[in-house]
Amino acid sequence: MTGLLEGKNVLVTGAANSRSIAWSVALAIKQHGGSVALTYQAERLRRRVQTLADELGETPLIECDVSSDAAVRRAIDELAGFMPVLDGMVHSIAWAPAEDLQGSFVHTSRAGFAQANDISSYSLIATAREARRLMTRGGGIVTMTYAGSWRVVPNYNVMGPAKASLESAVRYLAADLGPDGIRVNAVSAGPIATVAARTIKDFSGMLELLESHTPLRRNVTAEEVADATVFLLSDLSRAITGEVVHVDAGAHATI
Amino acid sequence: MTREEVFEHVKGILVETLSVDEDKVTLEARFQEDLETDSLDLVELVMTMEETFGIKISDEEAAGIKTVGDAVDFVMKAAGA
Ligand SMILES: NC(=O)c1ccc[n+]([C@@H]2O[C@H](COP(=O)([O-])OP(=O)(O)OC[C@H]3O[C@@H](n4cnc5c(N)ncnc54)[C@H](O)[C@@H]3O)[C@@H](O)[C@H]2O)c1
Repeated sequence: MTGLLEGKNVLVTGAANSRSIAWSVALAIKQHGGSVALTYQAERLRRRVQTLADELGETPLIECDVSSDAAVRRAIDELAGFMPVLDGMVHSIAWAPAEDLQGSFVHTSRAGFAQANDISSYSLIATAREARRLMTRGGGIVTMTYAGSWRVVPNYNVMGPAKASLESAVRYLAADLGPDGIRVNAVSAGPIATVAARTIKDFSGMLELLESHTPLRRNVTAEEVADATVFLLSDLSRAITGEVVHVDAGAHATI
Repeated sequence: MTREEVFEHVKGILVETLSVDEDKVTLEARFQEDLETDSLDLVELVMTMEETFGIKISDEEAAGIKTVGDAVDFVMKAAGA
């Protein structure tokens, strides 16, 4: 199954460790013939993401803290040195203060709300704006979301509105960038044991519950989310944009 | 597994996965103050410990793990060793 992304250059954000969804996405892109560049959030993660990049072979590694427009701009400028033309970008970044991922939603802090939206939603707009400069022959942008955006999930709390905002941004960006041949979509993934997910209170309990409640009677893997991402980056999905695809073993239909 | 073996495993995780300076890893070392790991690092440590030792660590139990010794003691108890 090689070749779906042959000759395509894809920037993958959000790989922090080998459990990250972004890491599975990077591996899948490679497997389908594409070239990958990785970004990492901050210096403290560099050595570890470097180990991942080495595993892929010849992979540009660029620092990019999405809380700063200037940093995002610099990262894309740096990327241009390796990939003058970009065909795809994967946005796999989210963050909210742990205090706001437990307890009553009504106690969500103003600062936590602002930060969650800044890092988890605005960052898609900022990275799309800069990446677009290099996407001169069109391409695909894919972000990661979760069904807690439209349905109440215990403890997901502040991330719910942030993901709703992210999914709305997907549609607005799709409308804006469509004329340039750039498609923008989201994968709504079922729960996967990653570091970000584990910061949500009682995440392990949710994984156990879903195992017996999804139509497929199991949870999803990061590899399955990655395969759907490859599809959305590839020409197979050339008429799909502004869409949110659930890759969740069917959980959205039953729970 | 002996206490010493568990300690070596935990140390391995800290050094290899979290890039902690090997010389700093003692039973008394506190994760935040002495090893300068942040809360996301601790989540990763907990997840890797679960995988390595085949145990489960609840959020409440994880919150109580403040030093390397706490982590070793937890594994000893959970693994019934
Ligand atoms: N794991 C799940 O259950 C699940 C389900 C649905 C959606 N998602 C989404 O998938 C995406 C990836 O998360 P993951 O589960 O792989 O966890 P993860 O912890 O591996 O990834 C989160 C990433 O966000 C990055 N990040 C946070 N703040 C940043 C900043 N200021 N600048 C740059 N990068 C920053 C981190 O460095 C990390 O690489 C997130 O958007 C998450 O909401 C996850």
